[in-house]
Order: sequence, then structure tokens, then C-alpha cells
Amino acid sequence: MTATFVMILALAAGTYAFRLVGPVLHGRVDISPRLQDLLSTGAVVLLVALLATGALTEGGHFAGWARPAGVLVGGLLAWRRAPFAVVVLAAAGATALLRAAGVA
Amino acid sequence: MRSSHRTKQPTEQPTELLRDVALVCLAGGIVGVSFGAIAVAGGLPVWVPVVMSLIVYAGSAQFSAVGVLLAGGGPLAAAATGLLLNTRTAAYSLAVADVLGRGRLARFLGAHLVTDETVAFALAQPDPLRRRTAFWVSGIGLFTTWNMSVLAGALAGGALGDTARYGLDAAFPAVLVALVLPALRADKRVRRAALPGAAVALAVAPVVPAGVPVLAALSGLAALYRRKGAA
Repeated sequence: MTATFVMILALAAGTYAFRLVGPVLHGRVDISPRLQDLLSTGAVVLLVALLATGALTEGGHFAGWARPAGVLVGGLLAWRRAPFAVVVLAAAGATALLRAAGVA
Repeated sequence: MRSSHRTKQPTEQPTELLRDVALVCLAGGIVGVSFGAIAVAGGLPVWVPVVMSLIVYAGSAQFSAVGVLLAGGGPLAAAATGLLLNTRTAAYSLAVADVLGRGRLARFLGAHLVTDETVAFALAQPDPLRRRTAFWVSGIGLFTTWNMSVLAGALAGGALGDTARYGLDAAFPAVLVALVLPALRADKRVRRAALPGAAVALAVAPVVPAGVPVLAALSGLAALYRRKGAA
């Protein structure tokens, strides 16, 4: 358990250090509007990659059809500008229904 | 007045923001309950997901670290996987550095609230003031609901049974889709970088450790310079 606690502390400290990079550099390093634009775009690139890998893979393997199908249902609703709660509940509900029907 | 009826009234905006934040919090709460439940149902004590949520506060890294622990991968591998996944928060914190606020306290507290959701929320706003408001309102709301829901899920633990049954693993990617769609719709350059980036991430996912695929996606940024020639 001590090892687990140390692991959590190390993960917390490292994560906070990553999160401080922006606030600490801000004002000390001159960030041009172009670089700021690149960083904003980079953040969206990371988010899209995260959702794509999160929807389709699990531990480096294909996550099965139920999850991406649910995310697709949520995505279509989001495209139609449905509220967040509808998007999320529909995504989880579609995945749950597919699994209940025997689709992995 | 008549010609601008489609434009949002300034007085409506705080209400709209609160409504959107509340809905993202609800979604985050569903994911949080499943995180707490998965950790405890897998055999970890209640304090592990609870303390982790308070001081690490990063959903995908927490899922991965607990996943490695439950798979018997050991604390070192769990910490390394979580840290690798969280390297992206360094890029996020640079992207929202001027959003947090000027004061030392605002920057040091705000840094802890830098997550996928708060950054997406802030960047979706059209001007600096609304970006700052959106960041803090969503940050405080999400921190509170995430930790309370993880606690609830951890206490419910095994009583929920197999969480895959509820399809909760589809919830987090769906939240991200809803959050990035405004940016993808609004800006062709963002689409040109993000879509190839995601393709690269998916292509390398089977052969590299967790966390690396998302970082590899940054290669998609090269698409921003290709067509301009001498960029």
C-alpha cells in the first residue's frame, strides 16, 4: 500500500509540474500570436487524437464495436447540437444496448 | 433589435455557460462514478481512487494507472503510464496560460484545473473574458463533481457489478467529441491538422506504449505549414 501511495504522489507531482509549464513560462517568455495559435491548435489536435484512440482502442487493441458505435451515436447528436447530457447518455446507452444484444 | 434576434444577448450568456458546464459536470460525474467503481470492484481500497482523484485529477491518466495496477503491472509502470498520458497537459497549460489570470494564486490553483474538458471549454469561447470565466466555472464545477462522484462510485464499488454493461466507457470519448466539435467546425486549419493527427495516433496505437499515440498526433500540425510553402 505504501508503494501505491508513493506512486500516486509521484503521478500527482509530475502531473502538476506539467500543468505549471504554461503559467510559469507565461510573462517570462514572449509567446507570439502565431505560437499561441499553434498551441491552441495543438491542444485540439491532442483532444481529437485522445477521443479517437479512446473510442477505438483499449490497451493498444481494437476496443470492439460496441464502444465506437456508442461514441458515433453521441457524435452525431453533438453534430446536431444536442445538449451534453443527451450526447453522453445516448453514447453510453447505445453501447450498453449493443452489449446487451451480444455485440462486444 | 429585430435584426439581431439570433445573436445571443449578453445577459443570457452566464446562464448558458452555467447550463453547459452543469451538463459537462453531469457527464464527468458519470465517468467519475465508473472510475471509483472500477477501481474498488477490481480490489483496490477506497482511498486509492479517492486520493488519486484529488491530487492527480486527470481522468484518463487515473483510468490507465489503475488499469495497470489491477493488471498487476506494478506502481512504477502505473506512474510512468499516467505521466506519459499527462505530458499533454503541458501543451494545454501553455495554450491557456493567459486564460488563468494574472495573480500568483490564480495561476498556481488554476494549473491544477487544467484538464481536457476545461481547456476545450475555454478555447471554445470567442473572447478572453469569456475564456477566463468558462475556464474557472468549468474548472471548479468539474473538480467538485469529479471528486464527489469518484467517492460515490468507490463506496458503491462492487454493488454496481460489471460497469462495461452500462456502456460508460463510451461516455468520455463522447464528451470530447461534443467539446471539440465547435473548434473543428469553425476552423479548417484545425481540421487539417487534427484529422491526420488522429489517424497517426490510431496507426501507432498497437505498437507503442499508452500515451505515445496521442503525442504522435502532434505530427498533424505539420499540415499547417505544408501548403504555405516557405512557412
